[in-house]
Amino acid sequence: MTKDECKQVVLDIIADIAPDEDLSNVKPEVRLRDQLQLDSMDFLDIVMELRKRHGIEVPEADYMQLASLDSCAEYLTPKFNALAGKS
Amino acid sequence: MNSRRDYDVVIIGAGMSGLAAGIRLAHFGRKVCIFERHNAVGGLNGFYGIDGRRYDVGLHALTNFSRPGVRGTPLVKLLRQLRIDREEFALCEQRGSRIAFGPRGETELRFTNDFAVLESEVATRFPRQIDGFRALVAAVRAFDDVALDAPAVSARGVVRSHISDPLLEDMLFCPLMYYGSPTERDMDFGQFVIMFKALFLEGFARPLEGVRVILRVLLAKYRAAGGERRMKCGVRRIEARGGSAHALELDDGTEVTARHIISSIGAPETERLITGEVPVGGIATPPGRLSFVETITVFNREPASFGWGEDTIVFFNDSERFSYESPQAEVDTRSGVICLPNNFQYGPGKSLPEGLLRVTCLARPELWSALPDEEYRAAKRRWFAAVQESARRFLPSPGGAVAPEDAVVATDMFTPRTITRYTGHLGGAIYGSPVKNRHGRTALDNLYLCGTDQGFLGIIGAMLSGISMANLHVLQKETPKL
Repeated sequence: MTKDECKQVVLDIIADIAPDEDLSNVKPEVRLRDQLQLDSMDFLDIVMELRKRHGIEVPEADYMQLASLDSCAEYLTPKFNALAGKS
Repeated sequence: MNSRRDYDVVIIGAGMSGLAAGIRLAHFGRKVCIFERHNAVGGLNGFYGIDGRRYDVGLHALTNFSRPGVRGTPLVKLLRQLRIDREEFALCEQRGSRIAFGPRGETELRFTNDFAVLESEVATRFPRQIDGFRALVAAVRAFDDVALDAPAVSARGVVRSHISDPLLEDMLFCPLMYYGSPTERDMDFGQFVIMFKALFLEGFARPLEGVRVILRVLLAKYRAAGGERRMKCGVRRIEARGGSAHALELDDGTEVTARHIISSIGAPETERLITGEVPVGGIATPPGRLSFVETITVFNREPASFGWGEDTIVFFNDSERFSYESPQAEVDTRSGVICLPNNFQYGPGKSLPEGLLRVTCLARPELWSALPDEEYRAAKRRWFAAVQESARRFLPSPGGAVAPEDAVVATDMFTPRTITRYTGHLGGAIYGSPVKNRHGRTALDNLYLCGTDQGFLGIIGAMLSGISMANLHVLQKETPKL
């Protein structure tokens, strides 16, 4: 998986959680919270959807890694690739 | 029927809060089963049929309505958490509502889903109070109403620090109390804030077909997420062992086990189920004392044809002070709520098939439950007439070719007794215990409350309660930590 594909995975999840948000101009380097109305309930849902859909575990101590799309890609892409390598 | 006897989570009661909790848990892969004693879902917000007509039980209007694009409101949170598209609820806004006080409703405050209308009404009728009113609104907006640990503060006290005219004070309390307060005479300020936002800062809406639209959406989500449910089978016993709920006994005598139990049936009602090693102080929550009667009149034409086309909800009171307490008689007709479900903005060509007038008044449950059947029916007839007579003082004098009396095709009435019979709430206490439990914790470490007695109010509040408790006690606890 490339980092761009990983960003798309995260965007797809946000689109399902918050269909009322406009995701067409999300800046990858800017914190998601600063450009979208996402609260702690929504971030918990992103974590739980990653686990449900993709088997990716994000421990609570790493939640800050999900702050922006760029940081999501840095943090999650290796996890996706490690998972793909195993199967 | 399925034979599985062990669940990750068992939910007691298929009302709004139980269904919402179930959707969250099933969506995230938990094995969930909802047990419901009644043969229909909805609990305090269900519907029933008589002679081919369907009546909503609780819902006058969905409160907490906010328009698309308004962010961070309870409705938006709820839609996100349950993955519901706003269109699915098909909400139509109210036309307009009123608070009418005085023997003929001489003093009136109109309000709509635009808060500016109420503000300007207060400025016009109570010019000396408008600065205080604005300060109160600022205090309401600044208050953190979702905090789980807020100390109880008298809302009367807070309101009086801003508003010195008792008439305006009572007029503001009347709708907020009638639409959600389990407490006589006063409210906790936190509850006041929730209700003020729900009714005045947000507003009223309704699906054309009523509450069943919302229930249908919830059921479809729950089913699609893989949730199980059993109807006509309540939980009659919770067996406690070592501080935990060890097993549940169902109405049919079978036993089930679950790691977590979420009960939506009320705090005292849940505590009464606990047997075995009952923890000290395990049965502590007082039942509520407030209950209601509601009369329903069905007409063969729109209320607009009698000149009643403008009002969606009217909150009325004929006396000098507004008295929100358990009445001395079976019913207190001095104050009440009139609802005209036809008067929502359903859009061109869309309307309810018949006209409806609903009137709610405070009632004394002990008196209703003590009546033998025949006297009970007679009391219903007597009070039906008294409630109508009282409410009609606050509606415009009927015009049009046919009088309302001649257009009636059906009537119905529910009492505290009806509420207890169909929902299991002790004393017909629709708004539950005056003691709310925001954390939803009980004397047993794996048994939690959601719904009315957890303390979020209204049907949006009920659903958010189920969501919050499922998140707090199950999903967050089980999300991986280092």
